[in-house]
This record gives sequence, C-alpha cells and structure tokens, in this order.
Amino acid sequence: MAASNSKERGAAIDIKAATKRYGKFTALDDVSLHIEPGEFMTLLGPSGSGKTTTLNVVAGFTDLTSGDLAVGGKSIVALPAHKRNIGVVFQHYALFPHMTVGKNVAYPLALRGMDKQARDRHVARALDMVKMADFAHRYPAELSGGQQQRVALARAIVFDPPLLLMDEPLGALDKKLREWLQLEIKRIHRELGTTFVYVTHDQEEALVLSDRIAVFNQGRIEQVGTGRQLYDEPATLFVAKFIGESTSLRGDAQTSGGETSLTIAGQKVVAGGKLASGQKPVVLLRPEKLSLARTNTPPAAGQNSLTGHVSEAIYLGSGSKYQVTLGDGSVAIVRATLEATPFSIGDRVDLRWSVVDAKLLADDDRADMTMT
Amino acid sequence: MSQTSHTLAAGGDNPRPAGGVQGPQRRLRLAAYPSLLAMPALLLLIAAMGYPLLTVTLRSFSDPAWGMQNYVWFFSTPVNVTVLWRTFSIAAWVTIVCVIAAYPYAYLMTAVGPRMRLVLILCVLVPFWVSGVVRTLAWVILLQDSGIINSLIRLLGFDSVKLIRTQTGVVIGMAQVLLPFMILPLYSVMRGIDLRLVQAARSLGARPSLAFLQIYLPLSLPGVFAGAIIVFILSLGFYITPALLGGPRSTMLSTLVQSQVLSLLNWGRGGAMGVVLLVATFMLLALAAPLMRQRHKQASRS
Repeated sequence: MAASNSKERGAAIDIKAATKRYGKFTALDDVSLHIEPGEFMTLLGPSGSGKTTTLNVVAGFTDLTSGDLAVGGKSIVALPAHKRNIGVVFQHYALFPHMTVGKNVAYPLALRGMDKQARDRHVARALDMVKMADFAHRYPAELSGGQQQRVALARAIVFDPPLLLMDEPLGALDKKLREWLQLEIKRIHRELGTTFVYVTHDQEEALVLSDRIAVFNQGRIEQVGTGRQLYDEPATLFVAKFIGESTSLRGDAQTSGGETSLTIAGQKVVAGGKLASGQKPVVLLRPEKLSLARTNTPPAAGQNSLTGHVSEAIYLGSGSKYQVTLGDGSVAIVRATLEATPFSIGDRVDLRWSVVDAKLLADDDRADMTMT
Repeated sequence: MSQTSHTLAAGGDNPRPAGGVQGPQRRLRLAAYPSLLAMPALLLLIAAMGYPLLTVTLRSFSDPAWGMQNYVWFFSTPVNVTVLWRTFSIAAWVTIVCVIAAYPYAYLMTAVGPRMRLVLILCVLVPFWVSGVVRTLAWVILLQDSGIINSLIRLLGFDSVKLIRTQTGVVIGMAQVLLPFMILPLYSVMRGIDLRLVQAARSLGARPSLAFLQIYLPLSLPGVFAGAIIVFILSLGFYITPALLGGPRSTMLSTLVQSQVLSLLNWGRGGAMGVVLLVATFMLLALAAPLMRQRHKQASRS
C-alpha cells in the first residue's frame, strides 16, 4: 500500500480450460479467462452459473477437476489457499467475532511475522483507506453491515496482495449504502492498482464497477467485454437479456439477395445481419433505439415499422416508457425522451427502428429459462 | 385540569365507553406478568430443592446440638478431606476425558450431512435413554478382571490391567454416562460457528492447523466451558457409578454422605458434608466465571 497508483502491483490472471465437476453436475465447463494486471474484472451471472465457483477456485477453496490457473504467470493450482497470497472479501464479511477491528486487520500481518510497530502502521493505513480508523477497538458485532464490510476490505488489502477477490460483497446491504460503497470500491481499486475480481449477479453493479465483465451462464462464459460492448454488441441472446432492458422479436425468416428479413405478426421487417443456417433468428432492440410514431406518418428510409397498440405508458420525469403489444402478442419496451403529444394506452402506433440499430441473434431457450 | 378533560371525554363524543378501555386492564393478563411463566418450575424447585436444602443446612448446624461441631469433625477427620479432594480430582478427570472425547465428535456432527448427523445424535441419545444403573452394570462386566477389555489386552500379549474397583474404572464409567452432557452443548455452539471464518483465515495466510487454533477453537470455547461445568458438577454428586465400579480407594463424597445418613443415621454430619461440597462447588464456579464471559457476540450464520 505504500506506493499507490502503480499498475505493476496487480497480477495478471490466466484461467485455462478450467473444469469443475461435482459427480454428474458440471459447475465449470471449460472456462478460460485472461485478466490484465490491475484490471477490475466482474464475473456476472445468475446464481449457479459458475461465477462463485470460479472465485473459489482462484482463492484455493475449491480444486479444479481439470485445467490450469496462473497468477502473475505462475501456475498456482498446486498451492493451498494459505500460500496463495490473495485477498478475499466474503459476502457475509467473515470478520473474526472474537477479535477487535484492529486485531482482525492485523491478523494477516501477524501471520507473516511482521513486527508490532510495522503492523500498527499498516493497520492504521488500511483502516484509513476504508475510513474506519476510529473503530479499531470495536468488536465486529458492534458495527453495522456496511462498516463490517469496509473492515473486511481493509483486512483483505492490508497485506498488499497482488489480487483481490470479492464475492458479492455488497449483497447483504441496502441499495443506498450499496451505491455509496460501489464508489468507495472503485476509488480503492484506483488507489491500489491491484487486480480486482468481483462476483455479482447485479448487472447494474457490474456496469458501475468494472473495466470488463465476464458473463457466466450454466458453467460457461457467454461473453467477455466492457459494459458498452456487452450492451451494444451482445454475442448471445442470454447476454443481451441479462444486461439492460431489451425487446426480442421472433418471426419467420426469409433470405433473399444476401439480406435476411423476418415476418412478424404478418408484417415484414429487414433483420440487418446474417445467421448460420439452422439457427432461429431473434431481432434484439434496446428501448432507446425504438421510437413510436402515429400510423399515418411514413417511416424514414432505412427504418423498419411494425404496427401495434400501446398497452402501458409510464411517465418517468426525464422521459416516458411505453409497452407496445404487437399482433402476435409479443411486447416491445420503448423509451422515449421527447415528444410533443404523448401516447396513451390503447393508441394504435407504429414501432420503428433503424435497421442498423437492431441486432440479429440466434434464438436460445436457455436465455429465458435462466432469467426466471 | 384533568378533571375537566375527564368529564369532557366521558360526556363528549368519545365513541368508546370508558369501561371498554379499562376492562382488559383489570383482568389478570399473562402478558403483563411474564414472571408468572416461571411459577410452576419455581414452586417445584422450592418444594424439591429449597426446602430440603434448608433442612439439611439447618441440621448440619443443629444436630445433635447447635454449633459448628459437625464441620469441625469433617475437617479434622483426614479421611473426609482426602475423599473431598478425591471427589474433585475424579470430577476433573471425568471432565477432561469428556472434553477430549466429545470435541471431535461434536465437530463431526456439524460437518456431516443431515442423515449421518441423525445417526450421530442417536448414538449419543440412545445410551442416554438407558438407565444409568444398567449402563454401570454393563461397565462392571466390561471392566472386570476376566472381562472383555482385559481378555482383549491379554490376547494382544500384554499383562492384564486392574480396572474394576479402581479410580480409572470409575472415571471411564462416569465419562461414558456423562458424555452426552458435553457433546450436546458443544454441538449447539459449534453449529453456530460460521465455517467461512476458517476459510477467511486461510485466505489471509493461516495454514489449516493455525486457522483451527486461532479462529475455530476460541469460538468453540463457550461450548467447552458450558459442557465442562455441567459434567463437572454432575460428577461431584455421582453416587451409583463410583459405588458399583469403585473400590475403597475410589470412594467419593456421596458414598460417605450415604453411609453417614443411611447407615449411621447421623443427619448432622451428612448435612455438613453436603454443605461443604456445595460451597466448594460455588467457589469453583466463581473462579471459572471470568472464563465464561464473552465480550463479543457470536456471528450468526445466515
């Protein structure tokens, strides 16, 4: 913690073809992931998707069935947890209840044989960093959840690990505290330059915190990328549905002249893209890319248009949110920022979007199943 | 002022009649007097414990004449002091044996799956349901010079060991009878220990043995103390097991009390022995009390 802001402090992590099986159940299925030194990587996914298993594998709490794991270029698969020198922050804080805050934070230093004076100095600095310096003599039970988690964070960084793992550390806290601590974690990551691997099922949290996000589903990684990449260029329908709001439209596909078009509720739209043969197409649209128009106005060039009716209209202050039900029963979500005359429930409207703003993806029933 | 408001309320448009508000308060409500819940147990304790204890204490000072003569007799008779000391030493040995035997067992109970846990609990409880006399007699059969244990020892080529009518035999028998009293409080404390704390210690650099010694063991100590105190105090008053398994050199205080009261009909001396045992126990508990006090609360496992 002495020198801050140096990216060399963080270690690169390489997970190579990691597989973990429990009997017949496969928790991790051939997962490979490279994390840059000093990067903030979030493992995002629903429960049981393998993100926590990955974290436990890196921490050394779970052994791999096959595959390799390297931190800073060196394989650590054979090292037991206590020799890995990796900081871990747990969801339920895991502070030692029989030790004061100061003793908790000093514990990893005492294990490393640091003398009392240096220990006190490091503990003070770590507690300072999480703004808990005044609480060193309290016992964990005397602290609130947010305070306990900050102490747990101080304990995990006090011994200068090149890698910090966090397992849904804010999961047990209320929304306001969570949002504030997210910014704190971001600040600490910036100041330390340590590589952070953060597990969460909350896509918003992932977008706020991360340099890159790895989206997990059923023991596999669906896509790795920045928040913007995942939102704008989702590789799979699962990623598209897990990150942000979206509308997916399904219909019969026809390909003519290198262009795929879809028939949705009896109306033809240009899909803009190509799929491998045998895949069922889905047109994915983000709410802000959609617009509503009166049925008597003609669509602009390069725009698709589908007629439906407004089934829900919500005023949000900065704009409005509409649900539009199409002829085949599918529902589209539209976010509109400015409009002269707002639409009301029951209005017949045209749902419009530019062909370039739509994303053509392969249909995948896993995407819906795991969302429930 | 209060008079006016009262008449206003009564004569005004207060929809609720005054009697309706006061009615439930007049009735005796259990919720208002939670201490009533303890009444049955209190009455039983007064009748079955308080009164006899008072009588015994009184008699120790008044039988056959008022004065301290029974206590003077107790402490001036070397056998009594030896037996008192032996009683405490046997109780301490039983407690130690119980802690050593119960700790890993209780830990195993927290570590296994629900079905195996049921089996382990039954293993503790089934002997519990069998009368202590029957179990002690079983130990007589096991421990005697021609018993199973000695036969096994001889079969392995060692000299036979004198177990029956020795202090060792008494400790073995008592520890077996009292083991559930150690396992159950230990298990209930261990079940509340968050095993992720041990994981956290490992991630911070503690090898497994250190993580156990510095994290798990201190958190389980309240269970050890609770069980140890129960076992120790029950051991002090044990009668049947030492009487059946022990010899003249392993007599415990309860046997002496029995012979004073039932054989010699000397209620004063018997009472004095009881009071000495009681006071000594209290003193020991007072010494152990600081160990039991905890500054921290147990972190709950969610």
